[in-house]
Amino acid sequence: MLHIYCPHCEELREEEEFHCSGEAHIARPLDPDNCTDAEWGEYIFFRKNPRGIQHEMWYHTTGCRKFFNVTRDTQTYEIKEVYKIGEQPKVVAEG
Amino acid sequence: MSQKNRLQSGGRVDRSKALTFTYNGRQYKGYQGDSVASALLANGVDIVARSFKYSRPRGIVAAGAEEPNAVLQLGATEATQVPNVRATQQELYNGLVCSATNGWPSVESDWMGMMGKLGGKMMPPGFYYKTFMFPQSMWPTYEKFIRKAAGLGRAPTERDEDEYDIVNQHCDLMVVGAGPAGLMAALTAARSGARVIIADEQSEFGGHLLSSRERIEGKPAAEWVAGIVAELAKLPEVTMLPRSVVNGYHDHNFLTINENRTDYMADKAPEGQVRQRMHRVRAHWVVLATGAHERPLVFGNNDVPGCMVASAVSTYINRYGVVPGNKLVLMTTNDGAYQTALDWADAGREVVAVVDTRSNPQGERIEAVRKRGIKVITGSGVIDVQGKKRVSGVSVAGLDAKGEKVTGNVQQLSCDTVASSGGWSPVVHLSCHAGVRPVWSDEAIGFVPGPSVQNQLIAGGISGTYALDKVLAEGAKAGQEAVAKLGLAASEVALPNVRKVSEGTPMALYHIPHTKPTSRAPKQFVDYQNDVTAAGIELATREGFESIEHVKRYTAMGFGTDQGKLGNINGMAITAAVLGKSIPETGTTVFRPNYTPIAFGAIAGRNCGPLFEPKRFTAMHKWHVENGAEFEDVGQWKRPWYYPKNGETMQQALDRECVATRESVGILDASTLGKIDIQGKDAREFLGRVYTNAWAKLAVGKCRYGLMCGEDGMVFDDGVTSCLGENHFVMTTTTGGAAHVMEWLELYHQTEWPELEVYFTSVTDHWSTMTISGPNSRKLLSELCDDIDLDKDSFKFMDWREGTVAGVPARVFRISFTGELSFEINVQANYGLHVWEKLFEHGAKYNLTPYGTETMHILRAEKGFIIAGQDTDGSMTPIDLGMSWCVSNNKPFSYIGKRGMAREDCVRENRKQMVGLKTKDPKVVLPEGAQAVADTKQPIPMDLLGHVSSSYWSANLNRSVALGFIKGGLDRMGETVYYPLADGRVIEAEICSPIFLDPKGERQNV
Repeated sequence: MLHIYCPHCEELREEEEFHCSGEAHIARPLDPDNCTDAEWGEYIFFRKNPRGIQHEMWYHTTGCRKFFNVTRDTQTYEIKEVYKIGEQPKVVAEG
Repeated sequence: MSQKNRLQSGGRVDRSKALTFTYNGRQYKGYQGDSVASALLANGVDIVARSFKYSRPRGIVAAGAEEPNAVLQLGATEATQVPNVRATQQELYNGLVCSATNGWPSVESDWMGMMGKLGGKMMPPGFYYKTFMFPQSMWPTYEKFIRKAAGLGRAPTERDEDEYDIVNQHCDLMVVGAGPAGLMAALTAARSGARVIIADEQSEFGGHLLSSRERIEGKPAAEWVAGIVAELAKLPEVTMLPRSVVNGYHDHNFLTINENRTDYMADKAPEGQVRQRMHRVRAHWVVLATGAHERPLVFGNNDVPGCMVASAVSTYINRYGVVPGNKLVLMTTNDGAYQTALDWADAGREVVAVVDTRSNPQGERIEAVRKRGIKVITGSGVIDVQGKKRVSGVSVAGLDAKGEKVTGNVQQLSCDTVASSGGWSPVVHLSCHAGVRPVWSDEAIGFVPGPSVQNQLIAGGISGTYALDKVLAEGAKAGQEAVAKLGLAASEVALPNVRKVSEGTPMALYHIPHTKPTSRAPKQFVDYQNDVTAAGIELATREGFESIEHVKRYTAMGFGTDQGKLGNINGMAITAAVLGKSIPETGTTVFRPNYTPIAFGAIAGRNCGPLFEPKRFTAMHKWHVENGAEFEDVGQWKRPWYYPKNGETMQQALDRECVATRESVGILDASTLGKIDIQGKDAREFLGRVYTNAWAKLAVGKCRYGLMCGEDGMVFDDGVTSCLGENHFVMTTTTGGAAHVMEWLELYHQTEWPELEVYFTSVTDHWSTMTISGPNSRKLLSELCDDIDLDKDSFKFMDWREGTVAGVPARVFRISFTGELSFEINVQANYGLHVWEKLFEHGAKYNLTPYGTETMHILRAEKGFIIAGQDTDGSMTPIDLGMSWCVSNNKPFSYIGKRGMAREDCVRENRKQMVGLKTKDPKVVLPEGAQAVADTKQPIPMDLLGHVSSSYWSANLNRSVALGFIKGGLDRMGETVYYPLADGRVIEAEICSPIFLDPKGERQNV
């Protein structure tokens, strides 16, 4: 069970309080009507699923109800950093 | 036969406290301090199991968690049955009842054993896969037979009445294992003031020191242990958990510990006590001091009762005062095991010989053995064992220098016990749980934990360190390291004084060769519990299973309750040898939680029975119960389903409720619908982005129905949203979808459109909602409400008004899910019951009839209204549902779902569309889920046109009504489709409009 630091509550809490919302930094296209089907499909269906560093969004479901981002190693489950929505990660995958 | 193997003195058992227990229906005696295994051995019980596949008699092999054979069924009553209890880990108590798990009619004379003898050759590895997997439909039948014959224990058929609980703990340092390394680590950290938890699976702290005759600080080791334990007990920040198996080591230093609190004292927990407790520990640092398990050697017929692991023999002698035989042959690859020969001899019984696989072993213990006049046969191995139900002798032969071939002559020795030691396997299980692969160490001749990303340290046997002085030093060092990492001040801990013993180099040998090739030699067992032999592993490898993970699964090596604790390394070594590779090249399988089997009760804790899941009740629940409602679970809510009266059947009750509502007035408790209060200057804009229809012009006092789609254009929720003020709305959602919709709104607001000023508050529980529906609903409401003008022209359909109902402030919405004139009355939840009861006081003259969710479903289906989640399944657009009226293409913002609905697949011809279905025979009700076909003569697989999503008997229409999906259905009105059912019937139905009743909507506009 992960131990997650909520950047809004500023405390470490148990994973049970949270809910993972999938890959982070998937921005909704600003002009959906001019996206091709392929571009729209890319936006809603395709995800990286990397082995290693991944940026993912978490929701503090039973806490502050705020979303935030986590950089996590999908192999070791280490959480490398936690940052708010709108911010950019400091830890990124190599290459 | 009373404890013939019990010594007069010695060990940690209390001979003044005799205990009686029952094994396989027969009474035996043991002492306080015994394990069931030691008591059975004291009584000379040789056979404790029949093996899984060959049904060979099996005896006790080990003394701890690694025991593969003595897996018993425990429990004096049906409710207290516990399967898979290792006799070596179960403490004896007075009145304990246990039995062998397998063997029919008994372990002594076993029917399958006969079959095993006849059929052994016919049961190679993969036998079950090859024989029983096909045809697959027969597997349940085969499995039942195999399980009965093999005997994997059984669960109780009655409820376990004992209580279990779960506690959450936090600590600076979690020490796993209270042997010499763990005790030193805990002491070192505790003296620096760290908050320490130390857990050990045994009843007492001390680990192998409890079974050892070593001396520490000039005292017997156990006395030294007592001193450390006494000091730890005095430190306020230290929690000591004996009888506690650390069963899982999870991510971010989270550990699950199963503490046995009463299993050691009685069949059932004493009144007021918890039987087992799960500790969920989050630790800053963890020291794994889990020690090592001794490996037996693999040789012919090495499973005959009387074959044991050398250190286990010493444990039974030194800790329990039990010598498990009379004449010992000891086979070893290392110096350490010589201690067993000394212990045996000191117990006054005969050591026939020590057989050492090394040609010229030198060391202090070897000298001591030789001085005692015990014969040491070097450069040799025990190649096979004679005897059926107990060892009667062994064949010993000379081996070549690598131990790969038999070289010398074979000599026979007479004995009843064979102890063997192939060295030690570090207990790396916990370190594997978090995904760390173990690495091979040539020095330790075993796998040790790989580097961990967690705050984890290791000390003692687990790191391949076996000499006591070094183990103690490693423990202290781990403690110091933890103290430093925790930022605490170091404290003084002196290393205890231990006499060093000089030892020769051990030999890396696992499998003793035979004069015959492995495939023809007597069975050489690697994994006792799964009957995996050296020959079986060779065969699996020849059949192409070269990955160790495949060998494991094909042969079942390492499966079962012991999870390969004893046999895994031997099996990997044999696989590697056959493949001509090294062990590190072949690799190892990994271990997963739990370390030992655990009771479901311990996992559930208090979260069972009424506390399994929270239940949600509306404010009117009491009334529903008193009025005989049957309930339906919707999410966590208990909703009235229907209200049977005077012995009515369900259908009779539904018919009455449906007719009463359409003829006069009915009432529904709709409090469970999700309600979200939305405020902010951009609330209206936000609604326009998450709903498919327009919201810009919805005036204060008005309500509007909306559909919510995902970005893929598929409907996932619906509901009515009302405008309370220019910047203030209240949204309703489906009962089951409330939490999801709330998260959905927050997601888009927080991540995509944070610039919009809008706030969401869940108010589901704040309001009680009761819907009165039917032609008399206005008359009824007017009797309780005098400050809202209820006139049809001033309070129109899809309006809402604020006022007072039954003297209580209320919001009244004129919306309808039945197609009748309806008013939805919302009051503060704590007034709900009062208003509900007032409505009934005044409603009697109108035959006010309460109805539940089922009647609600029927009434809305008569009108063709969808239920999101029943009629939708995530693959329907609003257009598919025939609800294009609810989709706006003129909104400036490309709302959620718009682009998705425009995808090529969503606009193609022949999509499944929602239609009504009239069965040709009006009395026949289509089953929900039935699939439509156009041509019943078509061979299987047939072309399926779509399914029935809602189907009911309508008393109002005196016929069945159904909603369903048909490919291109909206263009196929009047066509006939067929529903072939599993029972052979075919139901014929006509495609029609989904609106069965009042298509012009006149009834709600009165």
